[in-house]
Amino acid sequence: MTSLIPIWELPGGIHPTENKTQSLQLPIGYLPLPPQLVIPLNQHLGKPAHPVVQPGDRVLKGQLIAAAEGTFSANTHASTSGTVIAIADQNIPHASGMTAESIVIEPDQKEEWINLETCEDYLQQDRLVLLDKIRAAGVAGMGGAGFPTAVKLAPKSTQVIDTLVINGAECEPYITADDILMQERADQLIEGVLLTSHILHHPKNILIGIEDNKPKAIAAVKAAVEIAQQTNPEAANIKVVSFPTKYPSGGAKQLIYILTGREIPSGHHSADIGVICVNVATTIAAWRAVRFGEPLISRITTLVGEALSEQRNMELLLGTPIDYVLQQQGFDAKRASRVIMGGPMMGFTLPALNVPVIKTTNCLLAPTAKELPLPDPAQACIRCGLCAEVCPANLLPQQLFWYAQAEDFDRLESHNLFDCIECGACSYVCPSSIPLVQYYRAAKGSIRQHLIEKEKSDRSRQRFEFRKERLAKEEAEKEAKRLARQKAAEEAKKQLADKQAAAPVPAQIVDPTKVAAPELSPDEQKAKLERLVAAAKNALEFAQKPLVSRDPKNKPITEEQLEKQAARIKQAELKLSEAENKLAEFLAQAPAQAATPTTSAAPADDPVAAAIARAQAKMNLSPTDKLKADLESLQTRLQKAQEKVEAAKTEGSSNLDALQQGAEKLQQKIEQTIASLKELGIDASAAPVVSEPEKSAAELAIEKAKAKAAALATMSDDEKRAEQRKSLEDRLQKARERLVKAEAENDANVEVFRSSVEKLEIKLKGM
Amino acid sequence: MIDFISQNLLISALIALGGLSILFGAVLGFAAVKFKVEGDPLVEQIDALLPQTQCGQCGHPGCKPYAQAIVAGEAINKCPPGGQATINALADLLDVEAPSLDAEHGEHLDVKRVAFIREDECIGCTKCIQACPMDAILGAAKQMHPVIADECTGCDLCVEPCPVDCIDMIPVQSDLTNWHWSLPATNQKPVFTLIAQELPLIATDAGRGEAYVKSDDTGKAA
Repeated sequence: MTSLIPIWELPGGIHPTENKTQSLQLPIGYLPLPPQLVIPLNQHLGKPAHPVVQPGDRVLKGQLIAAAEGTFSANTHASTSGTVIAIADQNIPHASGMTAESIVIEPDQKEEWINLETCEDYLQQDRLVLLDKIRAAGVAGMGGAGFPTAVKLAPKSTQVIDTLVINGAECEPYITADDILMQERADQLIEGVLLTSHILHHPKNILIGIEDNKPKAIAAVKAAVEIAQQTNPEAANIKVVSFPTKYPSGGAKQLIYILTGREIPSGHHSADIGVICVNVATTIAAWRAVRFGEPLISRITTLVGEALSEQRNMELLLGTPIDYVLQQQGFDAKRASRVIMGGPMMGFTLPALNVPVIKTTNCLLAPTAKELPLPDPAQACIRCGLCAEVCPANLLPQQLFWYAQAEDFDRLESHNLFDCIECGACSYVCPSSIPLVQYYRAAKGSIRQHLIEKEKSDRSRQRFEFRKERLAKEEAEKEAKRLARQKAAEEAKKQLADKQAAAPVPAQIVDPTKVAAPELSPDEQKAKLERLVAAAKNALEFAQKPLVSRDPKNKPITEEQLEKQAARIKQAELKLSEAENKLAEFLAQAPAQAATPTTSAAPADDPVAAAIARAQAKMNLSPTDKLKADLESLQTRLQKAQEKVEAAKTEGSSNLDALQQGAEKLQQKIEQTIASLKELGIDASAAPVVSEPEKSAAELAIEKAKAKAAALATMSDDEKRAEQRKSLEDRLQKARERLVKAEAENDANVEVFRSSVEKLEIKLKGM
Repeated sequence: MIDFISQNLLISALIALGGLSILFGAVLGFAAVKFKVEGDPLVEQIDALLPQTQCGQCGHPGCKPYAQAIVAGEAINKCPPGGQATINALADLLDVEAPSLDAEHGEHLDVKRVAFIREDECIGCTKCIQACPMDAILGAAKQMHPVIADECTGCDLCVEPCPVDCIDMIPVQSDLTNWHWSLPATNQKPVFTLIAQELPLIATDAGRGEAYVKSDDTGKAA
């Protein structure tokens, strides 16, 4: 039957010494439980799982201890019952020699299983449920790559799968794990194949590919197929294909080509050409996950090499330390040149032996120096071309080598470096023993890193451009706001000017005499004051009422209460007098205020028109005139204030201090105004001010002068002169200061100041 | 027509060639207008080679301004973050001799670094946020500021403005996710010590062929 199945010949390939017999002499063995299990969180391709247990937790055999992180990840389970003693970075079997987060379990030797959910007839189950079971069991490719199986068995809907390839080739020397598995557990394998086929919607072709150097395995699988046919007609569809031994026919791409003649295009997956390829051990693990609910917690590993006293296949719990395994197998460290995980072609030397067995550990090779002799030092490439002849991917290893050495990544990619499966055939045949594959691996890593960096730098560029844009936008917004404000201000100015030119609104006019109560008309003010007086009278009456105790029996009216009442009465009286004062004042002022409009040039018919006229008059005033007007109004205010002070004095009001302070302030203001008027070059006293308040100011000045004169009169001549000189010096000092200030500010009146300084100086000299 | 050509070979040849040149001239002129490239593509190409740290060590406010300056004739060796690799790539692109890095603008660090804010000491002044060209620092006034390590280019620009000096530039640790095989060492060790060493044998093992170049040299010497 098998002879009828066509096979294709793999291009290239090599025939290294097989070395498979030594590990096949004994059946699958088991090891006693190790003292400690170290279970790394990333035993598969993809993201590490995240722990779901805490140190100190007791876990059962098969219990989930770390859950998959996303789809491209795999669950991790406790390989035996025991206690989690740590979740920490531990050495892992990786070529880098780095550590990774792992869960350390101390077994309790009880091997206590969790409750497993078995499934008698998976055909009744939905395919998604079956995939979930496989995913939950943490099954990942056990041939070497560790690709999560549930992902592999769920191809895209556009990928129509017509062929299922079961990979039992196991082409690498020394490794016999799959061989012995097929010999001993062929029935499970066939069950697994049928399950996988069911999940993939029963593809047309089901091919189990086994190299012809495993006659026992081929016979066992064929027998199992025969048996299965009796119960399941689909098993008749399974074809067991044996093909000539050649390395590396076990690579997925290579096996698919051998069995179907189809080549996977560069950069594609096998599912794209309708083929799914699953390793035999993975198939069995998937079936056990569905049938018994068993998670993937152990695997068969070939323990081989002359440095071991016993070479055989063992079913090892995941997480078993490799040094423990080797020690159990009689490892002679002196004889061993090194320990390799994987086969001699694609495996790597373990940087340390205290690393655990993981899902992809198919072989531990502990050869003696004689068994795998030391390499010759690498020589120059002699361009013999042997590497190109043996390359199973039809690449040009020599070109790739040159470009990798020159780090010419563009050329490497155009020579399809990423189609290299790193099988090591080129290095094996290289007469100069150049470590070609290491060059390719390094180049691949560099290219990937460059891609990541490129991506990052592109993102950086974007972010930077975006930031620049954002800042520019913010700046533009600010500028726009500023312009808008400026425009609004101009607009308002213009409007104001327009209105003032036409008919200024009274509200915009600020009349100093009206500042105190700008919104109230005189009548309203009067009414308000009258109300105030009435209220104060009421309050006084209330306060004067005799005190009546609310509870005469218990609480007679105390002294304290009487005092309080007296205080209240006093307060009320004060308020009343204040209110009355205000009213009287107001009544006194009212006629004067009413008179103001009549004195102005505008028709006095209505107050608005009067105000407009006043404002217009004010607008037309020159700065000097303005100041003068200010001065006038201030002086009026001062006069009033002084009157108030007098009134308060006669009445003995408590507001006397405040009133006096107000009067003083007003006086100061007047002085300031006079000073500024002077600065403008006009003597306030010389100004034609004829108003009453000005007179009073003048009177004040005269009084001051008189007082001074009187003081001077009492002094001697010398003293007088000294006094005069001092005051002159003071004035000169002040004038100089002002000049400096004016010069600094580039004042228009610099010349005036300068001349005044000069005058003062002359005067001083004349003394 | 044929008569004219046969009788006035020289003139007809001139007419033919002149006509062709006018035709091609028109085609080229049309293409120049129709397929005009906006902006300077060379600036984009140079910008793509620069490391985009936007660190300003070259004296320009960002990588693109430096790219523009290079097109305008500035030296190509002013980018310390890019190092010699960038200079070589630029030299390749511009077809000039690759100079060595101008030490005036700083040194190239082999290890990538990212900013790290010691959070206890951060007073939340936002000065670093304003300085970061990548917007890679988060936070608000009086709030502690964390750095988005993935977006940080290690440009150093946030270190100087920090008033409490709580920003460290820490080297990025290499881990399993970014580890990759390195090229076999070629000229570090002489042949004889190499043979004495117990080196991994299998084809893909690290360290094999460390004496590749050395052995070559020895051969020449012999």
